[in-house]
Amino acid sequence: MFIKILGPGCANCHALERLTRDALTDLHLTAEVSNVTDYPTIAGYGVMNTPALVVDDHVVLAGRVPTAAQLRDLLTTAAA
Amino acid sequence: MTTGSIPAPTVGGWRRPVAKGAMLAAAASLWLVAYQLNRPWWDLIVYDWLGLDEGSRLGSGVHFFLYDSVKILLLLTGIIFVVTIARSYLSLERTRALLGGRREGVANLAAAGLGVATPFCSCSAVPAFIGFVAAGVPLGVTLSFLIASPLINEVAVVLLYGMFGARIAVLYVLSGLVIATLAGYVLGRVSPARWVEDFVYQTTLRGTAILPGQRLTRSDRVVMGREEVATILRKVWPYLLAGIGLGAVIHGWAPADFFTRVAGPDNPFGPLVAVAIGVPLYSNAAGILPLVEVLYAKGMAIGTVLAFMMSVVALSLPELILLRRVLKPPLLAAFVGAVATGIVATGYLFNAIL
Repeated sequence: MFIKILGPGCANCHALERLTRDALTDLHLTAEVSNVTDYPTIAGYGVMNTPALVVDDHVVLAGRVPTAAQLRDLLTTAAA
Repeated sequence: MTTGSIPAPTVGGWRRPVAKGAMLAAAASLWLVAYQLNRPWWDLIVYDWLGLDEGSRLGSGVHFFLYDSVKILLLLTGIIFVVTIARSYLSLERTRALLGGRREGVANLAAAGLGVATPFCSCSAVPAFIGFVAAGVPLGVTLSFLIASPLINEVAVVLLYGMFGARIAVLYVLSGLVIATLAGYVLGRVSPARWVEDFVYQTTLRGTAILPGQRLTRSDRVVMGREEVATILRKVWPYLLAGIGLGAVIHGWAPADFFTRVAGPDNPFGPLVAVAIGVPLYSNAAGILPLVEVLYAKGMAIGTVLAFMMSVVALSLPELILLRRVLKPPLLAAFVGAVATGIVATGYLFNAIL
C-alpha cells in the first residue's frame, strides 16, 4: 500500500500521520507513508479541506482527523 | 471502493438514543443554570466572602475578570457546539457546487452567506481557493467567500450578542455580508485572473470530490461538536485570558471618559485609526471581544469599536501570507484595500446612525 498524507504541514496533518502510522502498526500492515505538502498536488486530488488521507491514489478521508478506530476501519477496508 | 464514507465509530459513543438525548438535555440545563447563576455567584464570592468593595477599582476589576471569564467560556462552549453540529450538514464541496455556474452579483451574495455557514478553517484557504477556481467558480465570488468566512465569525457574533445585544449582533452580520459581497464583486470587475498565480489554472482536478458530511450519524456529529469545543478552547484560552485581563485593568483603572476624548463619536478619524491599528493586530474573536466591550464602556464610539474588531478578525498577516501563494501582490493589495475600505465605511456608517 502507498499512503499519502495531504496537508501543508499543519498540526492536524502531523496528527493524522502519527495516527496512521499507529494504526498500521496495530493492524500489522506494511505501507509506504509519505507526505504531500505542495498545494497544486493537494488540489489535484480534489481535496479542499486538509488534512486528507490518500490510499493507493484514492482519497479516503478529507478535512478532519479521524479517531483511531475510524482510521483502522478505513485502512482495513482499503487493504482488503 | 467507495470514497467519502467515514465508518461509524466501533468503540465509544453512546449506545441508546434515549440515553443520548437525556444527556444532551441535562448538559443544556446545566449550561442554562450556570449562565444564570454566574453574576450572583461572583457577587457573593468577591464582595461578600473576600470582602472587596464593590465601588473600588480592585473589587470591580476582579469581579469583572471572574464574571467575564466564566460568561465567555460558557457562551463559547454552547455556541461552538451548536454551530459545529449545524455546519456539519454543509461542506466546501456542496458549497462549491451551489456556487458554480451562477451570475456574478447574486453569486457574490450567496458566497458571502455560505462563507458564514460552511465549516472552513483558514488553514485550508489555499486548497479551497484552487478547488473553487479550478472548478469554474468566478474569482470575485471565491473572494467573497474567503472574506466572509473569517469576518462573520460565529464566535464573534454570539459574543457580540452576549455583550451588546441582538441589534448590534444583527448589524454586524448584515454589514459583514455587505462588505464581503461588495468587495468580492469589485475585485471581480478588475480582470483579476492576470494576478492569480499560473499554477492555479494549470491544476486539473482528477480526484473524486468527497463529501465529508455524507455518512455522518447523529452521534458522529455530537462527537464532532464536542471535539471542536475542546480544540477551540485549547487554542483561544491564552488570548481570552489576556483579553479579559486587559479589559479588567481598563475597566477598573481607566477614567470613564478616556476614549470619549480620543475615539468618541466626535473624532472624525476614529474608524480610520481603528482599522489602521486593527489590520496588523492578529487575534481571534474570543480574545478581542472582551477588549471591545471595555473600549465601548469607556466611551469609544460603537462604529469605531466594530471597525476595530472587524479589521482584527478579517485581515490577518498569517492569512495574507497563505493567500500570497495563489494571489500575486497587486491582487493581494487590492484584496486588503477593498476589505479595509468596506470596514472603515461601516465604522463611519454606524457612528452616524447609532
